[in-house]
Amino acid sequence: MAKVVVITSGKGGVGKTTSTAALGAALAQSGQKVVVVDFDVGLRNLDLLMGAERRVVYDLVNVTQGLAKLPQALIRDKRLENLHLLPASQTRDKDALTEEGVAQVITELRSWFDWVICDSPAGIERGATLAMRFADTALVITNPEVSSVRDSDRIIGLLDSKTKKAEDGERIEKHLLITRFDPARSATGEMLSIDDVLEILATPLLGIVPESQEVLRASNLGTPVTLSNPASAAARAYMAAAQRLMGEDVPMTIPSDKKSLFDKLFGRRAA
Amino acid sequence: MSTIDQCQRNFHFRGRSFIAFALSPEPPIADWLVALGEWAAKSPGFFLGRPVVLDLMAVTLSEHAIGHLIDQLAQRGIRIMGLTGVDPAMTSEKLPPVLSGGWASEKAIGVESPTSGAPAQKEPASLLLDEPVRSGQSVHFPAGDVTILGSVASGAEIVAGGSIHIYGTLRGTAMAGSFGDERARIFCSRNEAELLAINGYYQTAEDMAAELRSKPAQAWLESTSLMIATLV
Repeated sequence: MAKVVVITSGKGGVGKTTSTAALGAALAQSGQKVVVVDFDVGLRNLDLLMGAERRVVYDLVNVTQGLAKLPQALIRDKRLENLHLLPASQTRDKDALTEEGVAQVITELRSWFDWVICDSPAGIERGATLAMRFADTALVITNPEVSSVRDSDRIIGLLDSKTKKAEDGERIEKHLLITRFDPARSATGEMLSIDDVLEILATPLLGIVPESQEVLRASNLGTPVTLSNPASAAARAYMAAAQRLMGEDVPMTIPSDKKSLFDKLFGRRAA
Repeated sequence: MSTIDQCQRNFHFRGRSFIAFALSPEPPIADWLVALGEWAAKSPGFFLGRPVVLDLMAVTLSEHAIGHLIDQLAQRGIRIMGLTGVDPAMTSEKLPPVLSGGWASEKAIGVESPTSGAPAQKEPASLLLDEPVRSGQSVHFPAGDVTILGSVASGAEIVAGGSIHIYGTLRGTAMAGSFGDERARIFCSRNEAELLAINGYYQTAEDMAAELRSKPAQAWLESTSLMIATLV
């Protein structure tokens, strides 16, 4: 049974697209059939993070309008054969999407994949509400700072009212993924603590992704971080989050990039 | 059930109450506008997008003067949705409509009076919410008390005709006794409120003493002052 997951946040720049790419790849690395769908019509980025920008022919809007068939628009990942991308259109705007069109595409994707991961645009307008509309599960991406947390709270309210599931009287499953977490800054109070965020948002935690240079490097490479450097802290955090999403019981930790033995020895000698 | 039948029986109960803030100018108007400007500067955005009714009971103004006053308020970001406390003959179609008590219009649409018909279907006088109230959500319950088991987020708002009880943390806005009930109170198990108001008298977070924050607290009204105290 396919699961449709929306990756959303309200606020921009918190790591929705990065998380979509990393989780999509992590699920595919675990053997699942995955499609990542870019709903950010007009400001598409997911193709860049997946390294597929040179292979885009048709996009989500073309498919919803019936100008292309879904298989024509899907781009298969070069590294993982069970990972696909449905890109957004860069030349259109969010009004080009219709609810019926999106419903049809999601239904079709459900029949082909185990996971349909929808990368929502920022904001609470049409693009964001259409991305969440048909989701079974929502993953709310939050940075540990007040504006991001408040915007996430707003989005959680919308998930409980504007999704198809909510309107049918069911409950949409919601999880929180805290990204760009810096344990040192959290300890000094420069950043909200994990407990603060959980207390304010009252939503179960799926994972904590530490702030990492590896994420930036992965974006520039056009490779999800779980593929570019699977040993990095961020990649391990996304891997654990993907396992929890699949229902596995993985203890909650905050991975860190430990210094290698050589660094430690060298550091000690130099000191 | 036919449509007409339903209309006759239920119309009264389907009526909706809306909450508006009443502004009551006092003479001299020029001084009052200056005072309003200073007051609004301390609470920027308080009137933004809120329905405001202009109560002209305390002043006598010509039609032209009313129009001028409304323009002045508009320049301060206050949009007037209606007038009250003024003789409708003094106004014109250019001005917002004059609001009066609802009786005349209810009779006109043929609602049975409560004494003559079948026992009136009583609305529950309290509202219980067992979920957190999220940022951007607004709970309006003119009929009575509101009890919330979760927290009220920053940017959320609760408006109740009666008292407000919040078992979680109040980070948003709570307005109790919004329809003239000065005995209404607000209780919360942790006060991080942006604004507390009872019967229109309010305090913003900035007005509140630091020792009242992050603690269980209650707010009540003593004549025209909003009082806040921690709960032991």
